[in-house]
Parts: sequence; C-alpha cells; structure tokens
Amino acid sequence: MTVLINEKAASISLTGITRSYGAVRAVDGLDLEIASGELISLLGPSGCGKTTALRIIAGLEQTDSGTVVVGGKDITRTPANKRDMSMVFQSYSLFPHLSAADNVAFGLRLRGVKPAVRRRRAIELLELVSLDHHADRYPSELSGGQQQRVALARALAVEPKVLLLDEPLSALDAKVRIQLRDEIRTLQRRLGITTVFVTHDQEEALSMSDRIAVMSNGRLEQCGSPAEIYSRPATPFVAEFIGSMNHVPGIADGATVTVSGSRLPLSVPGSGAVTVLIRPEAVRLTDDPNGNTTITTISFRGPVTRVIGRLDDGTPITADLPSVQAASFAEGGRVHVTYAEEPVLTKAAD
Amino acid sequence: MTRRKVFGGVFLALVGLYFLLPLAAAIEFSLRDVGDTHSLEVWKTLFQQDGFVTNLLTSLKLALGTVALTLLIMVPTVTLIHLRMPQFRRTMEAICVLPLAIPAVVLANGVFVAFQGAPPWLNGTPVILCLEYVVLSLPFTYRALDAGLSAIPVVALVEASRTLGGGWATALLRVVVPNLRTAILNVSILAAALALGEFTLASLLLMDTLPVWTVSAGQSNGAVATAASMLILIVSWVLLLVMSVLSRRRSRTPRRSR
Amino acid sequence: MADRRRWADLAGLSPFLLYVAIFLGAPTVVLAVGAFRGPDGWTLENLHAAFTGVYGDAFVVSTELSLISAVISAVVGLAVAFVIAAAPEEGPLRQVVSTASGVLANFGGVPLAFAFIAAFGPVGMVTRWLSTNGVDISSFSLHLFDLSGLVVVYLYFQIPLMVLVILPALEGLRPQWVEAARSLGSSRWQYWRLVGGPLLFPPFAGALLLLFANSFASYATAAALTSGSIPLVPIQIGQVMSGNVAAGQENVGKALGLGAIVLVALAMGGYGWAQRKTTRWLR
Repeated sequence: MTVLINEKAASISLTGITRSYGAVRAVDGLDLEIASGELISLLGPSGCGKTTALRIIAGLEQTDSGTVVVGGKDITRTPANKRDMSMVFQSYSLFPHLSAADNVAFGLRLRGVKPAVRRRRAIELLELVSLDHHADRYPSELSGGQQQRVALARALAVEPKVLLLDEPLSALDAKVRIQLRDEIRTLQRRLGITTVFVTHDQEEALSMSDRIAVMSNGRLEQCGSPAEIYSRPATPFVAEFIGSMNHVPGIADGATVTVSGSRLPLSVPGSGAVTVLIRPEAVRLTDDPNGNTTITTISFRGPVTRVIGRLDDGTPITADLPSVQAASFAEGGRVHVTYAEEPVLTKAAD
Repeated sequence: MTRRKVFGGVFLALVGLYFLLPLAAAIEFSLRDVGDTHSLEVWKTLFQQDGFVTNLLTSLKLALGTVALTLLIMVPTVTLIHLRMPQFRRTMEAICVLPLAIPAVVLANGVFVAFQGAPPWLNGTPVILCLEYVVLSLPFTYRALDAGLSAIPVVALVEASRTLGGGWATALLRVVVPNLRTAILNVSILAAALALGEFTLASLLLMDTLPVWTVSAGQSNGAVATAASMLILIVSWVLLLVMSVLSRRRSRTPRRSR
Repeated sequence: MADRRRWADLAGLSPFLLYVAIFLGAPTVVLAVGAFRGPDGWTLENLHAAFTGVYGDAFVVSTELSLISAVISAVVGLAVAFVIAAAPEEGPLRQVVSTASGVLANFGGVPLAFAFIAAFGPVGMVTRWLSTNGVDISSFSLHLFDLSGLVVVYLYFQIPLMVLVILPALEGLRPQWVEAARSLGSSRWQYWRLVGGPLLFPPFAGALLLLFANSFASYATAAALTSGSIPLVPIQIGQVMSGNVAAGQENVGKALGLGAIVLVALAMGGYGWAQRKTTRWLR
C-alpha cells in the first residue's frame, strides 16, 4: 500500500482563543499546544465549547480574539478552504449524489488530480478502512458505521496537515463505535497525523488519546495524558467528570484530611469541613464486625465486583474490588473502610 | 453578508408588490362609485343582482355535496387499504394522482361525450359537477388521508376496538374517524375550496355556478364581477388559511418532541 | 377461508374502483377512442388535424406560454426560496411566505383574471395612477389580453407553486455538506458546481416540469381573461366543445385532448421521478 506516513503533519498552537455568542462565552481564553502527530481529545459535557474550539481550528468559525498557529504559520484569518485540514462530522456529511469512491476523491478533484489517478487513490484509501469492495455504493446504501469510514477516508485522501474529528462516533451503535474507535486510533498512529478529536464520551477519550484536554464552560480545566487525567485530576470538575467518585465528609487541616478515621494527603491544601472525592477502586474493605460500614448490595461485574455500603454516619460508599477479593463479603455484613494513600481532591462540604 | 441581506429584502419586497397590487386593485375596483369616489355601493347591491343568490346557493350546495361524497367514498377506502391491504398503497396512490395528468378541460370534454345519453338528473344538473369534483380532488384527498392514517397505529386501534366487542362500523366511526380529525378537516376544506371556485367544467358543461355567473356578469358590469370574484376568493382563502394554521400547529408538536 | 377474506377485502374496494372507472375512466376512454374515430370508422385524420394547421399552432402557442411562464417562475421562485431559506425557521418571514405560497398556488381562474384587469386593465388602478403621474401604460394594458399578458398573470400562481415545491429541497441541503466541502478545500463556487448544484438539479428540473404541466392544463384564467382570443390548446378544446367548429370536427377536439393528456402526463411523470430521487437524497 502506498498511502503512508503523512509528512505534512503539523503542530497546532492556540493562544487566547475567545468566542462569544451574544452574552454567552462559548470559548473563553483557550490556550492549547498540540504536538505534531499527536491525537488530542477535547472532552467535556455538551455546551462546554469543545465543538466551537474545533470549528475555530477548522476555520468554520471565527475567533473573537487570540491566534491559531499551525506548523509555525499564523492562520487565524485564513479561510477554511485554504487551511489544509479536513474534518469528519458527527453524521450525514457524505455527499449523497456521489458514490463512496467519488466522495473520497472529492478533495483530489478540487486539487485538479486526473480522474484515473484520483480513482486509484480513492480505492487505496477505501482499502485502508476496509471498504474497497463498496467503492461504487452510494451513501444511502451504506450503514452508519460504513458511512463514517468513508468520511474518514475522504478526510485522509487530501493528506491534511491536521485531521479534525467532531464526535464522529456518537451517532453509531455501541458495538460499531468501539470497533471504529480502535480503527481510527490504529490508522492515526500509522499515518502519524496530528488529530483533534472532540467527544463527550470519557471512555472514548481515555482509550484513544495521547492527551486529553478537559473543558468546561469554555475554559480548559486540565490537559494531560489519560492516566494523569484519571489518577491525578487537577480540579473537582475533572475528577467528577472522569470515572465515578465517592463523596465522603472529612475535616481538612492544611496538607492532610481526616476521612472516616483515615488520614489522607491533599492535592490542594485546605481546612475545615469538606467533601472528599474518592474513586471506588481506592476504597479498601476489611472484614471486621466492629467496622464502620454495613454492606448493602454486592453486584458481580466480571473481573470486578462492585460493593455498595453505608458508613455509620449514613454516607453511601461504593468500592470496586477484584472479584476474588470480594468473594469473602456478604450483603448485610460489617466491614471496615479505609482508603488508598493517594493525594485526594476536596469540594466545599454539602 | 449585510449587502446580501439588503439585496434579498429589496427582491422580496418587489415580488411582494407584484402579489399585493392585483389584490389591492381588485378591492379598490369593487369599491368604486360614480366620479372618483369610493363606497360600499357595489357590495351592497351584489346580493340584489339578478341570479347572484341562486348561483351562490348552487355553489354552496356543490361544495357541501363534494365534501360529503368525498368523505363517504375515501375515508372507508383509504382506511381499508391501510388496515388490510397495505400492499395496494402504491397502486392506490397511482390511481389517485391520475387527475393531475388529465387537464380539467379535457375531462370536461370526456364527460360531455361519455354522459350524453345519461338520464337528465345526472347530465342536465350540477349533480354531474359534484361527482366530477370528487374526482378532481382525489390527489390531495388521498395524500391527506394517507398521511393521517400513517401517523396513527390504525391496525392496533381497530383491533382494540374489535376485541372490546365493537363491529367494523363502530371501529370506523368511533375509533378511526376521531383520530383522523385533522386529515378529514383538511380534505373537507380543500374539496370545498375547489368546488367553490371551479370554472372550467361548470362553464363547459353549461352549468350555472357562482364563477360562471361572475364571468358573464363581467361582460356588462366589471365592478360587480370583481366584487363577486373577491367574495369567492376571500371565502376560499379563509378556508385554506384555517387549514394551514391548524395543520402547522399539529405538525409542530411531534417535531419538537423528536 | 383466507381466500374468502381476500375477496371480501377486494369487494370493500369496489365502490371506489367503480366510481373512478365511471367518472374518470369512462370519460378518458371515450375521449381516447373518439380521437381515432371518423365518419367511416377508425382513422388517424383527427390526430393529423390536431397537430397541423390552427390546432398545431395551438400546441406551439401553449408550449410557448407554458415554457416561458415555467422558466420565469422557476427562476424567481428559486430566488425567493433562497432568501426565505436563509431566514430563521420559526421566524415570521418564513411562516408568512410559506403560508401565502400555499394559498396563492391555488389562486387561479376567474378571481385572478378580474384582479389583474382591476389593476392593469384600461381603467385599472395602476393604469390610472400612473397616467395621473404622466406615465402612459395603455399599450401595456392592451397586452394584458394577449400572450405576454397571460405570462405575467400565470406567474401569479406559478411562482408560489415553485416556492412550495423547491423550499423543502433547499431545506434538505445539510450544512455539513457546505462545511465538509469547505474543509476539503472547496470554494463557494466549487461547492455549488460540484455539490449544491447537482443536488438541486433533479428537484429543480422536476419543478420545471410540474410548472409546465400546470400552465399547459390551465383553462379558466385564460378563458376569463381573454374570452378565448388566444389560441391555446385548452381554449381550442373548449371552442370545439361549444360547437364553434365546422361539422365533422368534433373528434378533432378529442384528439387535441388526447395530445394534451399525453404531454401533461409525461411532464407529471418526470416530476414524480425527480421527486423520488430528491426524497432519497435530501431526507
């Protein structure tokens, strides 16, 4: 196969990007550095500004202030069609009057590539997404997942400096979604193309990205590797948005917090009554008739078993344990809860 | 961007002027009095004009008859198709759009020839108009009823009614018809508007209806004819407006909930 | 048992089928057969007469009128639809124009003719107002009753019909297509040439055929406005019916009718085909 490593891949640098719609600041002073060849996810709830940010990179929206620099060149005012990027949309973006191959060849046609050459290229790209046997089908004859594959091939055909993905998986069935997610990641690695991926699905972001930029209310909350984001969230927002969290009351004094009788280090110093955020897998249970917790429910989830209990002060607590460990517990039994000795985040007490 | 908006606005205003001028002029014309004055004189005398009331009544009866006959034939037929023979929907649609391919004037000619030997109650009276207006309204009648029936789970509704002990007639009148209210209203309004304003068949089959009377009155008194035609227009427009407002209100609700 | 049910179902359809056969089928068949009948049995004389001489000219004039009014209405209607489609969907402009189009597209025949005479006729409002301001349009007033006038009058119901038919097609153009094309490097012009244009072509061509058929089949407006002075096909059919022809020519009227049906049916068939293609593309 001749379609390979993208030599045009470029770095992106966003500085002070701000975009308002009326009184609403969709993006508010966003700074972000994206390395060449990296896959970065913009993750956040709907309305957090991630899509607007992506569209500003694409040139489909204008930024009110700030600059977009790609490959060392300021393209803040460059129109979308001169940016040498390409985009995959959530759904229905294939041109319905063109076959799969003609859709893929569209960008090449704009660049004046001869019909025979662009047809060959299109077939190569369709091979890349395992759809060469459907080259002459029309979009209405393809499934949702196949359509998104063609859209991906179309975006890659023009060998863009940057690939932009706007929730390309969210309209698909769960099974197809996971399959295509892995394919996109594999392809992106192989081509080494700088990719910005917008999603509201944390699992998608965690499994695909080199780095994740978590956004909320138009601002960047935290940017880091999936492991960093998950295990060392910088803010309570990130902590709660990624994975699930227990909310346990505690008393903070400077660098530590006392929670259910244990002392834990604080990521951010504080004092007084607070709510401590603790991941279910950081909860430790030991069999103890004089413990501080009663188990209410045990649900088996394959390799992990989820144990839900109630602390003596009434706080519900969830623990995810390896199933082998959980076998010794029973619903209604008494246990003692402690926590893994890791820095924790706190919120104002409820 | 703004220049395009201005351009679009000016263009729309010009097109709007083209559409408003004839209407304004017709109203002005029907209000003219001697000299350069205006009054309601023509409208007041309209009802005393020779033949006006008779023809108005004929047209109203025609409209009523057309609506009644259309509903009587089409509601059971389209319901039956949906309930028991959905494989015939395409055929039914094909039959119902046929009148669009046959110009009214040609139909008039065909009717004239085909029913030459028919009994006088059929051929010599507006009854034949009524029967043909049902045919002319088939395309939109079918479309409206088909859409209405597609929007309700008609099979389940009828089966429910049958398991509760109702007969077919009960199912049709008590279950299907109430759920088709909007479609039936639309059909009635469109059929009535068509029957009120139809000129081609009426004139060529030598029947006296309001539009035919209006044209012949126009030979001698333009203002009266204009007033009469405005009356036809206003009545049918009010009917169509009611329909478009009602159907918009109905179609909006499901769109939002999607 | 199942067979009996089936027969019962078909019997339920029989009133409708019978009705259509009598009141639509019979007149059409009688007409079609009559078109091939002469005093001495079967003949092609009527068809020959219908497509030559004065009647042949009627086909030319009708085609001319329908073509011109269809093309102008299609272009103006498309432009109106473009302006409307750019306005917000729930906004007043869009609501008013689409409601008005629905109503005006049904506006033809007698009231329309009188409204235009009241506006642009020799003593019409516009004619008078312009003449008091020193503009004499009396020559145009007379044109109102000839072919060019008829074109202007037909636009009154043709433009709204075009807006009604083409607006859904414009609304069906997804914003993602413009954006996908732009991000692949397409200019606005290239988008319209390669995507927007090809997608709008079938509905536009279909609408053109619909407008052509609509105009070709119209009788009432022309009859009321010109009292039969313009030799259109529908007018000629009416004349033949009213007995304004030499003896033995009655069947030429039927042949004319058959010709009109074939033309209009072809146009409507083309429209239907374009419609199906459009609904598949622009869902």
